[in-house]
Amino acid sequence: MRSMGVAAALVAAISLAPAAQAAVQLRITCYSDGNECPITKELAARFTQQNPDIQIEIDEVPYSAILQSLPVQLASGNGPDIARVTLFGSVQRYMLDLRPYLKDADQWEANFGPELEWMRSGPNDHGIYGLMTQLTVTSPFVDKTLFDQANVPLPGPKATWDDWAAAVAKVAKATNTPFGMAWDRSGHRFAGPAISYGAKYLSPDGKPAVIDDGFKAMASRWVKWNQDGTADKSIWAAQASGYGDAFADFQNAKIVLYLSGSWQLNRMVKQIGDSFDWEVVPNPCGPTTCTGMPGGAAFVAFKETKHPAEVARFLDWMEQPAIYTEFMAKTLNIPASAAVRKAGVNYDLPSAGKAAMQALLQNADSLAPLAYKLQGYHYNATIFNATADRLSQVIAGDMTLDQAYQRITEDINQALAAAK
Amino acid sequence: MTSAAQLLTARRGRFRADWTDWVSYAYLILGVIVMFGPVLWLFASSFKSEAGLNQFPPTLLPWQPTQVQVAGQPAPLPLVRVLTGAHAGEELAEVRRIGLIAQLVDPRTPNQVIRLRADAIKPVMQVRAAWDNYTGLFSKFNFLRYLFNSVFITVVATLITLLINSMAAFALSKYRFRGRDGVFLLMIATLMIPPTIILVPNFLIASALGLVNSLWGVILPGVATPTGVFLLRQYMLTLPDDLIEAARMDNASEWRIYWRIVLPLSAPALAVLAIFSVMWRWNEFLWPLIVLTRNEHFTLPLALYSFQGELTTSWNYILSMTVITLLPVTIIFILLQRRITQGIASAGVK
Amino acid sequence: MSGVAARTAERTYAAVMNVPERPMRWAQARLGTGRLAWLFVAPNLAIFGIFTFLPIAINFVYAFTGGPELMPADRAVIGLANLRELLSCSNYLNPNTCTRDIFWDGVWNTLRFVVLQVGLMILFSLITALVLNRKVIGRGFFRAAFFYPVLLSPVVVALIWKWILQRYGVLNAVATDVGLHPVDWLLNGSSAFSWTVFVSIWAHMGFYTLILLAGLQAIPADIYEAAAMDAAPPWRTFRRITLPLLMPSMLVVLVLGLIRAVQIFDEVYVLTGGGPGTATTYLVQFIYQTGFAAQVREYGLAAAASLLLAGVLLVLTLVQLRATRGSR
Repeated sequence: MRSMGVAAALVAAISLAPAAQAAVQLRITCYSDGNECPITKELAARFTQQNPDIQIEIDEVPYSAILQSLPVQLASGNGPDIARVTLFGSVQRYMLDLRPYLKDADQWEANFGPELEWMRSGPNDHGIYGLMTQLTVTSPFVDKTLFDQANVPLPGPKATWDDWAAAVAKVAKATNTPFGMAWDRSGHRFAGPAISYGAKYLSPDGKPAVIDDGFKAMASRWVKWNQDGTADKSIWAAQASGYGDAFADFQNAKIVLYLSGSWQLNRMVKQIGDSFDWEVVPNPCGPTTCTGMPGGAAFVAFKETKHPAEVARFLDWMEQPAIYTEFMAKTLNIPASAAVRKAGVNYDLPSAGKAAMQALLQNADSLAPLAYKLQGYHYNATIFNATADRLSQVIAGDMTLDQAYQRITEDINQALAAAK
Repeated sequence: MTSAAQLLTARRGRFRADWTDWVSYAYLILGVIVMFGPVLWLFASSFKSEAGLNQFPPTLLPWQPTQVQVAGQPAPLPLVRVLTGAHAGEELAEVRRIGLIAQLVDPRTPNQVIRLRADAIKPVMQVRAAWDNYTGLFSKFNFLRYLFNSVFITVVATLITLLINSMAAFALSKYRFRGRDGVFLLMIATLMIPPTIILVPNFLIASALGLVNSLWGVILPGVATPTGVFLLRQYMLTLPDDLIEAARMDNASEWRIYWRIVLPLSAPALAVLAIFSVMWRWNEFLWPLIVLTRNEHFTLPLALYSFQGELTTSWNYILSMTVITLLPVTIIFILLQRRITQGIASAGVK
Repeated sequence: MSGVAARTAERTYAAVMNVPERPMRWAQARLGTGRLAWLFVAPNLAIFGIFTFLPIAINFVYAFTGGPELMPADRAVIGLANLRELLSCSNYLNPNTCTRDIFWDGVWNTLRFVVLQVGLMILFSLITALVLNRKVIGRGFFRAAFFYPVLLSPVVVALIWKWILQRYGVLNAVATDVGLHPVDWLLNGSSAFSWTVFVSIWAHMGFYTLILLAGLQAIPADIYEAAAMDAAPPWRTFRRITLPLLMPSMLVVLVLGLIRAVQIFDEVYVLTGGGPGTATTYLVQFIYQTGFAAQVREYGLAAAASLLLAGVLLVLTLVQLRATRGSR
């Protein structure tokens, strides 16, 4: 009798034991602008609870690792399953087309249309390569308190960059502020105003044709503003290459206007708070249009992954409006999903932050199609770097504008020749 | 002897207090200020809040706005002192600021709102260290794991380095064999290769050997240091050969001679190499960044750097991270500096 | 160390080291003492071979091939084209006339940097060594103070000074205190250049000071006493006796210092990023940018530039060694 009982217990135990299931392990290489990676970790844990056969490991790395180490790792077959990437051109050839694995590819197409173009290799490519985790838009932040102190009214929504330059110079003089404005050291930041002044960047067949009248119009203005003290030239001229931001200048009320982007909202709210009145204003205009530049990082999947179906399941889950909205709310990002943008996101922000987010959303909705196209051009980083580096040299006095124009074209041509 | 002569040719001689002595001490004290000062400034700055860091002119001590909890308010409010007007001299709590007008309440009567111009008030500052510059680092990730990785790599790499460098130095100093000088020159020549250019080929090789993502992939490529071989060889050249000859006559194997006689005698130089190795390995950044892709293998410098996203630079974390990175080296330095400086001196002479 | 700890350490050491005793004895019997030396050198040489020489060889492959591929096997051979592109200038003295102007900016900047930095560093190291050689109270402490920055990683060094030199940093605070205008130290080309020289000297001179100090202390005292008895003037004593006897140490300092100076990168890159404009862009930064940081990495060009760099270094070192051997 007892042995039967023992046997029964054993059988019960064995049948109740979970079937030995090899859980699939997915690796995500992630970088944070603010808190995207920790939030992704939270969400991934929830996903694993609902889908115990998929385990997800998030590796948070510095942004420079995404730019430098990731392409090398992918080239040698040591890359992750998914990575959070901004410059798609560098890793496009390694990306996995998720379309066959997605539950509803048409929904993705509808929600992320323009941004999906950025990840494709060309006009004949219709693949879906990743999930945009944010839509960023470049926008100016202004120190309203300084405007109030100087008794100068804010230029209206149709004001041009010339109007703004004059206004901030006036405010700076009246309030003893060192400089009128500063832009992040980035050709991407420069592109918005340039396109507004007529720059086309790309020829009709999609090849770079950067130096045109519009580009020259903005370049000459930008150099002039740096040299006459309207803009803080230390941001651009202090480095030979690489990114530099001017947040500290703005926070310390050393500048009146700061051209940066929506990713700074978190910092503005947390670090500036209400120590002075700050606002996001509409992107200033030029003769052609009034635009900034879009951008954003996406979770892209790679061809070398051993679990494409599982990768797609995770990204599908993240794309669901409920989850995606939560992701946006917690990271204070503008949703790239058109559906979520339409439904609206409830951000936990103080009133200044809420007003700023509204303004940012409006700027996002008024981006020029050319800006989207430029963001999708695979070698745009080459264009942006050449612009920033060569104009910095002009500002620093190393060369003339005409020499810089020539060099920009040469830099881009050299890079494209090497890329063949 | 004239005092100028003493300056140029001085040895441990008589102590005479003349102008060259004062100049010497002044120079040395200036040197200490210039050498230690910046590091101390870094240390002091690392305790300031981010707002404090952005203040100009910077203060030595970390000042932060005093905060006070007021009944009815969810979060502590900054305390300000009123400069002019009816409430001059009072200390009130600032609820919010709209444009140029600040809304204040007296903490004792929290329901009564006072409105004043922003330039009539000044925050009340207190000295308070921003410990969350440091705790923020720890709470954000698995500090102990990364510490373990860094320590493991440093200790193991140093032991291996000591072993194989001393073996090579032993052979190059105590033996005559064909190609000896060639091998030595070859090793020294590698000093001339900027490490940047062999990064990518090294990664290809490491990945072919399956060393990617392993702590060994960080340890192995750097254990054969030319500086180490150079240092040890120079030192071993000065060891008298008769000890070795005597041991040979006692029928000791070469290996035994190596670890029983030569190694213990080379202790000063080994100590120097050990310290250098610890320093190099602890501070290593670029190579581990390339070779380690999995979070659980990250070393401390890698993990600490993971704060920087694409578009932001926060000095407060950079400063505290820098302090933590230089702390181990500093501690070793304080404990062992005599050994280090003596060791280099003796190696350099020979 | 306490007695027990010391003894256990010794015992573990002996136990571990005894492990290869048998095989080594066997090898010694087979190879003979002379050839056994190769066995001692083998592990070090193996690591060098795999992780230094092999990459250098691969680097050669990169230098003579072109295209964006990472895998050497996938690259197209283009021979000397990379080198030719680097070296094409209408006027070598004016980088603006060169195809790769940043490369030539790097060359001339590095040249100026090396001459200035090595020269000044040796000078200050010598002075410091001379001062430390005197009977000073607390010599150990002062010696340690000069040596401390050597232990810091280049990134730490750069961050410390960047923090001090920024527009709202402590140096400008001191400047305003004494009535001067705050200066953008790193925003002016020649000022930024001077600061890179200074920071580099700050971070490394302690090491060379120690070497020179040791060299000074190795000079026997009786030589000086003999000179004193001959009533030789101090400057001549220095020039005729001290300096020549210090030559071997000076040579070590010169060679090592030069090799390091030509390869300057880490601390400058973090401190100035090569700016303003290209005022502090040095050669290794060009290599790094071209091979790693550009969107389109030109591995071939970067490798070719590194070959040129290594070649120049080799020539310099040989020239120095020959010069000093000749003077003996």
